[in-house]
Amino acid sequence: MRELIEKANQFLDVPLGVGSRLMLIVAFLCLVPTYVFPLYKMTMFAPQYQEGLHLDIYSYKLVGGNDGQDITEINVLNHYIGMRDLATEDFTEFKWLPFVIGIFGLLFLRAAVMGKTAHLVDVLVLYVYFGAFALWSFGYKMYQYGHNLDPKAAVKVAPFMPPMFGYKQLANFEVYSYPQLGSYALGAAAAALLLALAMTWRQWRREPPPAAE
Amino acid sequence: MKFTGTGTKLAAVAGTVALGVLAAYCAPSAPKTAKKGAVVSDTAAAAMKVYVAPGDLDEYYMFASGGHSGQIYVYGLPSGRHLSTIPVFTPYPATGYGFDDESKAMLGDLTWGDVHHPALSETNGDYDGRWLFVNEMNGRVARIDLRDFKTKQILGPVPNVSGNHGSAFVTPNTEYSVMASRFSIPIPKGTAAGVDKYATDYKGVLTGIKIDPKSGQMSFGWQILMPPFNYDLGDAGKVASDGWVFFTSYNTEKATGKLEVTSAQKDRDYIAAVDWRLAEQLAAKGEGTTIGGVKVLDPAKHPGLVFFMPCGKSPHGVDVSPDGKYVIGSGKLQGVTTAFNWEKVQTAIRNKDFAGDEDGIPVLKYESIKDAEVEVGLGPLHTQFGPDGYAYTSLFVDSAIAKWKLGTWEVVDKVPMSYSIGHLTSAEGDTVSPDGKYLVGLNKLSHGRHLSVGPSQPESSQLVDIGEEKMKLLLDFFTEPEPHYAQIIKADKVKPIEVYPKEENKHPLAIWDVKDAGVTRNGNKVTVKMIAVRSTLTPTDFEIREGDEITIALTNIEQTTDELHGLGILDYNINIVVDPGETKTVTFKAKKKGVFPYYCTNFCSALHQEMQGYLIVR
Repeated sequence: MRELIEKANQFLDVPLGVGSRLMLIVAFLCLVPTYVFPLYKMTMFAPQYQEGLHLDIYSYKLVGGNDGQDITEINVLNHYIGMRDLATEDFTEFKWLPFVIGIFGLLFLRAAVMGKTAHLVDVLVLYVYFGAFALWSFGYKMYQYGHNLDPKAAVKVAPFMPPMFGYKQLANFEVYSYPQLGSYALGAAAAALLLALAMTWRQWRREPPPAAE
Repeated sequence: MKFTGTGTKLAAVAGTVALGVLAAYCAPSAPKTAKKGAVVSDTAAAAMKVYVAPGDLDEYYMFASGGHSGQIYVYGLPSGRHLSTIPVFTPYPATGYGFDDESKAMLGDLTWGDVHHPALSETNGDYDGRWLFVNEMNGRVARIDLRDFKTKQILGPVPNVSGNHGSAFVTPNTEYSVMASRFSIPIPKGTAAGVDKYATDYKGVLTGIKIDPKSGQMSFGWQILMPPFNYDLGDAGKVASDGWVFFTSYNTEKATGKLEVTSAQKDRDYIAAVDWRLAEQLAAKGEGTTIGGVKVLDPAKHPGLVFFMPCGKSPHGVDVSPDGKYVIGSGKLQGVTTAFNWEKVQTAIRNKDFAGDEDGIPVLKYESIKDAEVEVGLGPLHTQFGPDGYAYTSLFVDSAIAKWKLGTWEVVDKVPMSYSIGHLTSAEGDTVSPDGKYLVGLNKLSHGRHLSVGPSQPESSQLVDIGEEKMKLLLDFFTEPEPHYAQIIKADKVKPIEVYPKEENKHPLAIWDVKDAGVTRNGNKVTVKMIAVRSTLTPTDFEIREGDEITIALTNIEQTTDELHGLGILDYNINIVVDPGETKTVTFKAKKKGVFPYYCTNFCSALHQEMQGYLIVR
């Protein structure tokens, strides 16, 4: 047991190689698209909406298709079932997501510069936690929208969970929900971090540090 | 750099996976229904079914309401060709309607009407091709004679009825056409009370308009005072349920304000079942209280007159099956339509199997009177019938028509409608003997299924073949705004004349010889007897004095099919059209001095351009 802890400590002390540092920079670069591209996209088709209603979710805003008109249309339709209006102001995520992503960018660069495995592990663990939390937060938001229905609504529907990934039929609507470039970039950043860790690990295994004096 | 080999491999794998995910998991660009391709499975077969060769005639007439255009539009089926417009509640310069004295008097002060439900006259529950009755929202019902496709009478605004939507449905032998208040108000009209008094001071009113079996002349029959609900649609019972008429009602909450929410709180609203024979008897006995100048029956005082049948909330259509055994009520906010068994309704009434009452009107128990809740789909509105026990229900939300079987309650087929269907009409589909064969979906939205004509888009109607097990979409055509209900009648049941026979023209100012044409004066009243015949309007000129009141009586002495003539007088807003054998008058004041050319507006002959004259006002 003690040996294991020692080994772990040794590993955490290992300076990052050039490859790992490059991967951290790649991870940093991967965060840039999240400011430009949507994280998620929902598409809703109905017989009356052959072209579909589109909703792009960015890290900091909601954008409806058809020059924003689609959000209005979605809200008009949802008011019949007593669903809360989709509004950018209601997403607290939009306030902290871009900021937190920026922090991660800085932490990635910090790890690349400070260059200890510990820094990399720190930021990786935090980043995974952040990813999981963001996903949960998104899911919870969807759940809230589908469950907190006004009991006085004209049309009573059973509470529902909109799809998080893939397709679901909701009343007369075919609803599709898929991650977009922004999310894939966040995923790629995680992959780059993992790769950086893998490289350090391999390097450490191949060139064990000199025995402690 | 040592990482190159494995690192690149790893990166390549990750990249491929990411790309694969991107490619595999994207929303489609069109809905699933669209992916199945056109609903028309065989274009050539569909084309053959709707193609009416040049010179050939259609098999059916479709009389479509024109909504707030105030008119009735006549289409031929299966071609979907627009054959004619019958002006009813709105002036129509094309036929001079609303310009000549008679039609102007019929329209009165109202120059618009919101036409909803045409009702062809019936004999023994089947269309007889004599008249067409149409309602409009300002409390009026009009009769169109199908002998000449002309509006002959407008009755109303009828006292007490407000927002006459649930109309003009006729009873099986055209004894009555009915009316109903969509917007309850304090009555008599003219009484003001705030909406805070809605539940107590506002009333709905149901009305029976008596129809003379020989002439079709409409007169006031009876009225029934109802709780302040919104009465929506109706249908007369037939065969098994003859003697009854049914009206759906929403807002049984008696709510006001934002009705889209406040009127949708209760799980059930009602279908009112009215014993119209009893209403007739009570009215004949002089029963009722005089309100707004007419006798109104209070159902609380006359047991057996009205019963409420609970229905799925906010019901729209109520439709009686061809044998009269089932009353189909569709709660528009649900996914089911309810089939009520008329026998069970009668049993419940006999056994006083009531759940309570509304302002003294007994409410039956839903469970005791319903036979089935048919899972037709979302937003069921209206039901029509085929000859083989099938029913067809329009689904607004699903934008489709569901075909289902009476008795087994099984939904056997669905056909998508483009888009958001309201009413539907099958060939003679609300009579005791539906024809089957065709059905038309009267859609609310057309969403670009046509060449763009700007933001005011035409209404799309779709012809569906219901001759076989599977429904097949045959044709899109575009109906004048805004069709609510329409009825389809076999062409050979309608026998219109083509000219007005000379011997039938009893107009006091009619003349048949150009020698009789001319001006007669009586003080400042001037009468001009004018003849129109190819290609002269006689007299070809005449003089009057400024300030005269002038009546021009124009007789078209032609007896040849399609030889219409018109009289347009420039700058005087005069425009009348006379059919062959017809006399019309137009009366106006000569307010402007000068020379005013008049001419034949309706192209008639090779020398049509020469058919002109001068009105000289000194």
